[in-house]
Amino acid sequence: MSQILTVAMPKGRIFDEAVQLLRKAGYQLPGEFQDSRKLIFDIPEEGFRFILAKPMDVSTYVEHGVADVGIAGKDVLLEEERDVYEVLDLKISPCHLAVAGLPDGVIKDVAPKVATKYPNVASKYFREQGEQVEIIRLNGSIELAPLIGLAERIVDIVSTGRTLAENGLVELEHIANITSRFIVNPVSYRLKDREIDEMVERLKSVVGE
Amino acid sequence: MRMFEKPLGMRDTLPSLYTSKRDVRDDMVKEIERWGYDMLATPTLEFYETVGVQSAILESQLFKLLDQQGQTLVLRPDMTAPIARVAASQLYKKMGPLRLAYGANVFRAQHHEGGRPAEFEQVGIELIGDGTTSADAEVIAIMVSTLQSVGLTHFKISIGHMQFIQALFEEILGNKERSTELMQFLYEKNVVGYREHVKSLPLSQIDKDRLLRVLTLRGGIEKAEEAMEIVDSEKGKRALVELQNLWKQLEAFQVESFVKLELNTVQHMSYYTGILFEVYAANVGSPVGNGGRYDELLRKFDCSAPATGFAIRLDRLLLALGKMGTTVRKYGIIFSEEQRMEAFEEAKKLRQDGKIVVLQNITGVPNVDQFVQEFEEVMYFLGKPRKEREK
Repeated sequence: MSQILTVAMPKGRIFDEAVQLLRKAGYQLPGEFQDSRKLIFDIPEEGFRFILAKPMDVSTYVEHGVADVGIAGKDVLLEEERDVYEVLDLKISPCHLAVAGLPDGVIKDVAPKVATKYPNVASKYFREQGEQVEIIRLNGSIELAPLIGLAERIVDIVSTGRTLAENGLVELEHIANITSRFIVNPVSYRLKDREIDEMVERLKSVVGE
Repeated sequence: MRMFEKPLGMRDTLPSLYTSKRDVRDDMVKEIERWGYDMLATPTLEFYETVGVQSAILESQLFKLLDQQGQTLVLRPDMTAPIARVAASQLYKKMGPLRLAYGANVFRAQHHEGGRPAEFEQVGIELIGDGTTSADAEVIAIMVSTLQSVGLTHFKISIGHMQFIQALFEEILGNKERSTELMQFLYEKNVVGYREHVKSLPLSQIDKDRLLRVLTLRGGIEKAEEAMEIVDSEKGKRALVELQNLWKQLEAFQVESFVKLELNTVQHMSYYTGILFEVYAANVGSPVGNGGRYDELLRKFDCSAPATGFAIRLDRLLLALGKMGTTVRKYGIIFSEEQRMEAFEEAKKLRQDGKIVVLQNITGVPNVDQFVQEFEEVMYFLGKPRKEREK
């Protein structure tokens, strides 16, 4: 008998693309996710239970095993370093992590500051560059920081570069390419291996791995 | 700081959990002892330079402190290294295998969040001095019967072999540095990164395919046969033969239904030297136990001997069993001063029958009705004794 898979799905930007991908892989999914405020959807025909999580939290649910599998951005995986299997590059929602700042910005010699939603990624990156910086954690609207003098530079995800341009910022350094990944809890990977392997195969065939 | 605060990751074990934990531990130990293993205990504190450095636990997870001579000490992060120390210095006389077991708390500092325990109990065994696959099979069989003895039914053990992956990587990549780099991806469970890295290597398509096929080596014993096709070296083939051998013995122990081969498992970069395994149970997001062969460890303690063993985490096992608190059946005897003698006598009688009895003077309880609710049965010895009233 087939076991139910709990799938942690990221709300917002990536969600629609992820649902589209699953449909392309042949899964029959209902159409009304977006308008609803519900956070849990049972899809018994496909053996799924979807939980709708904040993108930053998807790997947390999967690590703790309350979700068997999930779809999470590589940015989240880099930042959170959770103990999960990163099984497949779904190649959706492409963007990259970058350092940005004002075009003529002067970086202070004493305690240069970097504002970011990704403190671990930023801290690791500058450490590896041998540069001492002070990391300031923000939760959104990161572009504001250099404009009002909170920090000289920011570390954030860039997709088209429009937000940066509209705020008069330029990309200074490229850190890493980001796409969404299919992640799996280590215990589920063994106890529900048949169901998970099947899902990975079906997704693989549509992302062309 | 408030007076009730505790250091990060430290937990109290309250009475109901204590009881279920003790019951589970006792059952496990009993089963382990049936296989002829002797229990032992080692100190909580060890030298950083000896046990601290040699344990399989990351440096950043060690609790360190200084003793009065200025030596760095650690709270033991696992039991394998301390037992290797004891075995090497005192017990192992090279006359025959040693079978040792323990149930003890270990300490691992946590950085991420408050939810993870920094001190937890492990129950495990070490079989020292036997380098054959019979020893590996025995250890796995004991782990299965230990888990079964406490009522766990739904669990899976994945088995790999360090030397297979080492041999394969070294023969394809040429040196240790490059194979360690690739192994790091498997260690971090980063399959996507592994695939990308393999594709980027300056190798023939045939060799790339060999490395990519490693990812498919999960399943039954037929995977060892498949793996034979991609590995050429003597060392790699020997590892696979060992696994086939192990499988036959697990069949003889009738535990093969719990086991899967997973030839792409890398659990620790430099600790395990041969067959290694992890055990997974439903309702727990992380492995409930693990183990494997560590033939190099005892040599670090100046006594070369092969060894293998397993450790089960009691906290995670309790989660898997769904036992988060046992209520103990108790008798309550509520007495007043006048009938103290009778009450004590009744309590003594019940205890001799093996019952658990709480004696409570009625004047010490503000609300008797509420107090007696926790008891299986309540007896009252109140007022003047019957004999006196009849006078």
